[in-house]
Amino acid sequence: MSCDRSDKPERGAELSRRDLLRSGAAVATLTLAPGVTLMAFGGSPADAAGRADAGKRWGLLIDVSRCDPDCDACVTACQVENGWKDEGNPETDAQWIRKVTLKNRDTGRKVSMPVMCQHCEKPPCVDVCPTGASFKRVDGIVLVDKHICIGCRYCMMACPFKARSFIHEKHVNQKSWAPRGKGTVESCTLCVHRVDTGRIPACVEACEATGNRAIIFGDLKDPNSEISKRVAEYSSIALRADLDLNPGVRYSNL
Amino acid sequence: MARILLILTLVFGMAGAGTAGEDGSGLWPDIPKATGEPHPEGNEWWRKNHPKLLLHDRDLTMRQGERQVQASLKSCFECHAVKDEAGNYATYENGQNFCRVCHDFVAVKVDCFMCHRSTPDGVDESALEAFTTPPAMPKGRGPDSIIAYLERLERVPLASADAGTEAGQ
Repeated sequence: MSCDRSDKPERGAELSRRDLLRSGAAVATLTLAPGVTLMAFGGSPADAAGRADAGKRWGLLIDVSRCDPDCDACVTACQVENGWKDEGNPETDAQWIRKVTLKNRDTGRKVSMPVMCQHCEKPPCVDVCPTGASFKRVDGIVLVDKHICIGCRYCMMACPFKARSFIHEKHVNQKSWAPRGKGTVESCTLCVHRVDTGRIPACVEACEATGNRAIIFGDLKDPNSEISKRVAEYSSIALRADLDLNPGVRYSNL
Repeated sequence: MARILLILTLVFGMAGAGTAGEDGSGLWPDIPKATGEPHPEGNEWWRKNHPKLLLHDRDLTMRQGERQVQASLKSCFECHAVKDEAGNYATYENGQNFCRVCHDFVAVKVDCFMCHRSTPDGVDESALEAFTTPPAMPKGRGPDSIIAYLERLERVPLASADAGTEAGQ
């Protein structure tokens, strides 16, 4: 490779300086002793936009009465966005999001709704994970860190919503933003790559495009967000509310 | 003495040139040329530190949602994606892949590409992977060999096979 080694900058210094400039954060440093430094990062609002923000909790509100039983736009959008599909093996296929039909035996009322990772406040999958691969980001999104997932599938057993699936076979053509490989567990990421870059999840976008607008995405911690106003004003439930997991995904008119 | 010095100079001179890695001696991996601007830190620095950077930045992205990172596999491909003679992108299955060239040389197997794609977005990897998959075992050599063996036995019963052997002797 062509590279002039004579004009190498001081590498360590250059790197850390670039890192700091890139993060755009104001840095206060306190030297405790030679070689020991405390750094405090104060952030601008613009800085916070690029990172998981502890001041937010991302969630979904699904209006079941608006969900069309014949529509699976959210599922298709998720498959396209994240690069998973039905391989013809229902027992082992990935299911990041699925359409579920519920029927009330007493009244006969039948409803259809999407079910995906519920992004619990107290996620059982995180409790049982032996390696720390299953984790919750500060903004409430529950993820699998596939770098340290050993594929033990405890989380799949712990999840009351059957939201997680195991990858049984080798894959190619993954999306660069949604890596997935044999031997690890995966689930809905609430399109974290989109959220981090200021976009809404693919399922929400697709549902909006159909005109049904059954799924609303927003920050549950912001009292002025549409989702917060709705959950404050109208009745909505958490699936398996008896488990007291406080999911970030809630359902209304169920 | 002068002769010894000369030999020593030659030996160390070659070793020195070899360390540079681009002497064309054939002793060192033939690292594919990259496109784009060279790294300001220099190639030697990147050869030594790229694992640390990738590890650090992957955790930043995964855990903290920091997506404007300096080192990501995706951004490596912007300059380091390699095409083979046929003009196709070399996936990690292909020995000409940028990562493979050095990693094969030092016998280090990386597991990044068990989950991550090893070509830029938009490239259809399935065709490229199929190209490098070894051909199926011929019948009678692979996992079906028991069936083939039993079929052979049925065609040529043991008694007549024994008779044939005796006749041969």
